[in-house]
This record gives sequence, C-alpha cells and structure tokens, in this order.
Amino acid sequence: MSGREAILKKVRGALGAPLDDAARAKAVRQRLAKAPTGVVPARGRLPEEERIALFRQMAEKVSATVEHVKKTGDVPNAVAAYLRSKNLPASVRMGGDERLRAMPWGRVKALETKTGPADPDDEVGVSHALAGIAETGTVALYSGVENPTTVNFLPEHHIVVVDAKDIEGDLETTLSRLKKRFGKGKMPRTLNLITGPSRSGDIEQKLLLGAHGPRALHLIVVDDGRIGNKL
Amino acid sequence: MQITSPEFKKNARSALSDTQLQKALGHVRTGFIDKRQASVDALPEFDELRDSARAIKDHTLAHLDLYLERYEEKVKSAGGYVHWAETAEDARSVILDICRAAGARTVTKGKSMITEEIGLNEFFEKEGVRPVETDLGEYIIQLRGEHPSHIIAPAVHLNKEQVEADFRRVHDHLRPNRDLSEPESLLAEARRVLRSEYFTADVGITGANFLVAETGSSVIVTNEGNGDLTQTLPRVHVVVASIEKVVPTLEDMSQILRVLARSATGQDMSVYTTVSTGPRRPGDPDGPDEYHVVLLDNGRSSMLGTEFQDMLRCIRCGACMNHCPIYHAVGGHAYGWVYPGPMGAVLTPSLAGIDKSGHLPNASTFCGRCEAVCPMKIPLPKMMRHWREREFARGLNPATQRYGLRAWALFASRPRLYHLAASFAIPALSFFTGRRPRFRYLPFAGGWTRHRDLPAPENRTFLQQWRSRQAAKQEAQA
Repeated sequence: MSGREAILKKVRGALGAPLDDAARAKAVRQRLAKAPTGVVPARGRLPEEERIALFRQMAEKVSATVEHVKKTGDVPNAVAAYLRSKNLPASVRMGGDERLRAMPWGRVKALETKTGPADPDDEVGVSHALAGIAETGTVALYSGVENPTTVNFLPEHHIVVVDAKDIEGDLETTLSRLKKRFGKGKMPRTLNLITGPSRSGDIEQKLLLGAHGPRALHLIVVDDGRIGNKL
Repeated sequence: MQITSPEFKKNARSALSDTQLQKALGHVRTGFIDKRQASVDALPEFDELRDSARAIKDHTLAHLDLYLERYEEKVKSAGGYVHWAETAEDARSVILDICRAAGARTVTKGKSMITEEIGLNEFFEKEGVRPVETDLGEYIIQLRGEHPSHIIAPAVHLNKEQVEADFRRVHDHLRPNRDLSEPESLLAEARRVLRSEYFTADVGITGANFLVAETGSSVIVTNEGNGDLTQTLPRVHVVVASIEKVVPTLEDMSQILRVLARSATGQDMSVYTTVSTGPRRPGDPDGPDEYHVVLLDNGRSSMLGTEFQDMLRCIRCGACMNHCPIYHAVGGHAYGWVYPGPMGAVLTPSLAGIDKSGHLPNASTFCGRCEAVCPMKIPLPKMMRHWREREFARGLNPATQRYGLRAWALFASRPRLYHLAASFAIPALSFFTGRRPRFRYLPFAGGWTRHRDLPAPENRTFLQQWRSRQAAKQEAQA
C-alpha cells in the first residue's frame, strides 16, 4: 500500500468515516464553493479617506515609510528623491510591469532603471502592488511574467507603488479582488503579503530591522489628488 | 533528534542552576507576554476570531481525508508534486531522493519545526548533503550543534555574548578585531554570510503554516525574509508539512492568520505572508523549476478520534510556552524533544510515546494560563491530565508515587475517614512548626523543602473553618 493510501485509510478509520459518505463529500464541496467569510474586524470598514489614512498609520507603525503623490507621472521623481535622501546610487531594479513601464522614468535625469529579476548587487527594487490592506498596513503583490519575486526580497530598499483606489479595508476584500483577477481556486505562483520591512528578534528578543529581506520598505500612494500630503 | 525527555528531572535541575540560561529566559518572561496583550487589546474581535479559527480547524479535521485529496489534486494541477510520508523515515528518504535527483550538495532551509521532528539535518549530514539554516535563530543554533529551545524563537536560550563567540569561531575568514558587541552587528554579519548560500543551494526547504485545499497553495508566515529567498532562488522548492496544516479556503487562512501573529509575537500581521502555488510558470523571470510537497503523518492520524484530537488544531504560535511558569523556569531544552512547553507536554507523548515522556505532562502546575491564551482554545491542562491517567494506568510512574497516590485515594474517596485524619493531622502539623508557620524540612517531602519552605496549614481544617464562618454569618443575620 502506498503512503497515500495508508494515511488516508488511517484518517478515515480514526474518524469512523466510510469511503463514500455522500454527506461528508457534500459538506466539503459546499465549503470550498462558498468559501464563507468569517469574522472581519470592523477596524478597516471606513470611508475611503479614513481607510487610506488607516493604511498609512498601520504601515508606519510597522516601520514602513509612506508618501503620497498626485499622479502616476510623479512616481519617478518621488523615487529619485527617495534615493537622494538615503544617499543611494541612482539605479533601481523593477519588473516589466506595465503600470510601472507607463511611468515617465526618462524624465528623471541620470536614473538607471534595470528590468528583470533582481540580482544580489541591486540596492533598490520597485514594485507595483495589487492592493493595500488598511487593517494591517499590508501591501499585496503577485508574481508573474512581468513581476519577479526576487525584486521584493533581494534589494536593501523596497519601494512599492500603491494606487489609493486599491487600498482595501481588510484581507478578505483583497482576496476577493485576487479571485476576480485570477479566477476562483486559481492563484498566481506567488502572492506576497508584505507588512513592513524585514526584521528579526532572534538575538535577546531585540527587534532589529533588515534581516534577510529589505531593510527599508517605502510605500508611494498615488491618490489622484484626493488625499494629498495633507495627512 | 535523540529524545532526552526521560531525563526531564535531571535536565530541569541543571537548567535551574544555569546562569546564562536563566539570564536569557528573562526575556521570555517579559517580552512576549506584554506584546501579545497589547495587540489583543487593540482588536475587539479577537475572541470571536478565536472561536472562528477553532471551528475552521474542527471542521477540517472532521473531513481531513477529503481536504487532503482535494489539496493534492490542486497542487498537481498547478504542476507540483505531492509525496505522502507515513513516518519520519519515509519523509527523510523522499526528501533525499528529491535532493539526489537535483544533484544537490547544499540545501538551504527556512525555519521548520517539522524538519526538526524528522531529524532532517543530522540525516542530511550523514548522507553527504550540507543543510544550511537561514533563519537567524536557527542559523545560530546550527553553528552550536543545538536544537531549538522554542518553536518560534529557537535561540531564545542564548545571550548575545554566546552568539558573538560562535560567530568568531565559525566565521574565521573575517577580520578578527571586528566589532560584534551588539545584536545589530551580529545580524549584519549573518545576513552577509548567508547571502551567498541562497545562490549556492540547489534545493530550498521550507515548512508551511497552512496548506490551502481550495487552491493547492502552501503558506509561510515569517519576519526575516529568509524563507522567501530559500524558496525562490534554488531550482527546487520542497515544502515539508504535516497533514493537519490543511485549511479549506483562503478565507479560512485569513481567520487563523489574525490570531496567529498576535498570539506569537504580538504583531498584527507577520512581515511576510507568502502563498505559493506550484513551480515557476511559463515566462516567469524567477522562482523554482520544481515544487514538491511532502505530507507527513508521523502519528497524527492516530490522534484523530481520541481525546487528543483537539491538539491537532495547534498552529504553533508558542503562546502556551510564553505564558508557562515551568517553561519560564527551565527553558525549552529540558523538555528533551522538538516541542517544548505545554503544547509539547501533550504532543510529545502522542508522537514519541508516553513511556519516554511521562515527565512532561507532569511538569505542569495546571495554572491554566496556556489554555487561556491558546488562540485555538486547545484544552491543554485537560489533555495533560489524560496523559497522567494513561501513565498511571500503564504503571509507568515510580512505585513511591503510585503508592502515595493510592494512599491518598484511600482517604480522598472516603470523606469521613479523610476529615477524621485531617482533623488530627492539621493541628499536629501546625503544632510542630511553632511560631513560624512554615516548614524548612518535612519527612517524605524533601523534594519540596530542599528548594523552598512548605507553608504550614492553619490549625483547623478547611471544613471546620467553613462551618464556623457560616455559623457566624447566620448568627449575624438572625
């Protein structure tokens, strides 16, 4: 008997479940089909402006930095300003994501943009988020032909662009957005939910930023002038 | 790993007199508890979420065979492989076969308690494969040839001076006079050293916090980012997970995620929650070419349908040990196997046998804090009591204890005799103590009085006091 059959047989035996119990099979089918939403904290259920403010507040609480720009066209300048403020070389790594490619990178003088998966020497990676999650200050990113996962982890600085209209109240709303995009039960190869820069408390419980992933996470929220930097 | 749980008492004694360990354990007694409380207080729905999480796991366990089948089907359709391993030995040999097929010499590892459970590192070393732990805590203890002393903070038993000494000993290619006095510099050095390993490794191994049946995904929840580099850079990704990790849907995962990080480290959400489904897709610029899942049973199916089934709800947050006075006193290594603290005291007898681990369910004051903080509401003290009963029924505890218990039962099950004996014994005991109501020494109770005084009873029994108080109350009312 294969390991598979042996384990399944033991599980069925222990549960006292016959092999072809229609009621059990139906319960499982229904649960998977309906995918019921459980308890969703009230925290994120807010009007748009407050929701975006909560996103910022929660992200800053976990040591991410957040700035707002009006238009997608402003992103390259914001990135260049970030690099200057941190004394970083004028070079960024990004995937071929069309939302990023559509931005006027050429307008920023002497900023090198490298396309493709990250290599160990890249200091700054730029990604575009599928969504922001206000309840925890999280950004959701997915992998694909134009979105290498290594950009999210190898560079010391990770800059993530989020559209204000994509900032949701809670994780469940983001999951249903994902299901809409990929189809129910289908997934991108990797979904990254990122909440702040990497950290470790493994030495004497002292929390330190910049373990193996990025030391800094910088979020650029594009808000079409709806919120601005008045927050 | 070699089980030393039978030596629990000896282990505990030496832990109590280990000054380095006692200093390190100070961080557990304060840090975890306050952080958890703050994040729980900030979420009014926390208790409701615990009930929801518990119901999800109960439903899944009751239909475990069906969810496992569905999960396997989805992994396959995403281009991954599923391997079923009944025992630790089966799992080791499957993993080795995958590594051999990949021509692997170096294997990087994300933090995984399951690979500790199956003793993967020792096995790899024997077979000529070099395992490299990449989680900072795991890396440190690998350098020391130790095992984790905590399921989420594996090096919590160490102080920074000890880590510094190990880094100087092992990283001998670096400048000897470099400054390693602060955790910051130690972390930076580990980061630099491990960077090249991710690229050298042929296979990356991670555990899983969840397996999602709806999508065939494995999920890891981490803070450092090492797990993601481990599963993205090598050509082959192997997930090792036990069968009870499966949940029906992404929505179910979300419910449990909300209680997991808060209970573990007091974070609202860990830094990286990564949902992986299959290998690299056509045209993808990075990611592994092969994606394997090893599903381990190793005794879990025998817990289903028994009084220990609830233990399979455990999500390995570590809250029970963070709040346990016994763990605070002796640390994780004293427990002698992979899983320490209250969850280990229940799980170790189930997985490794009560004959080897009888001391563990006895190492509890039944104060109940573990159950009170468990996000999955697992009745840990009740299950430790079940193990004590089984241990007694199988005659595994020492004769003195058994006769002692029998003698006590003789009185305890005969109330008149008990009260009679108590009414003699209690005044006698308080007579012998004299003015200080404490015993420095008491025959047959040396195990207690060697370390602390035994408070002497008041000179009347509880029932005598109760009666006189009730009588006084009635008089006052009349």
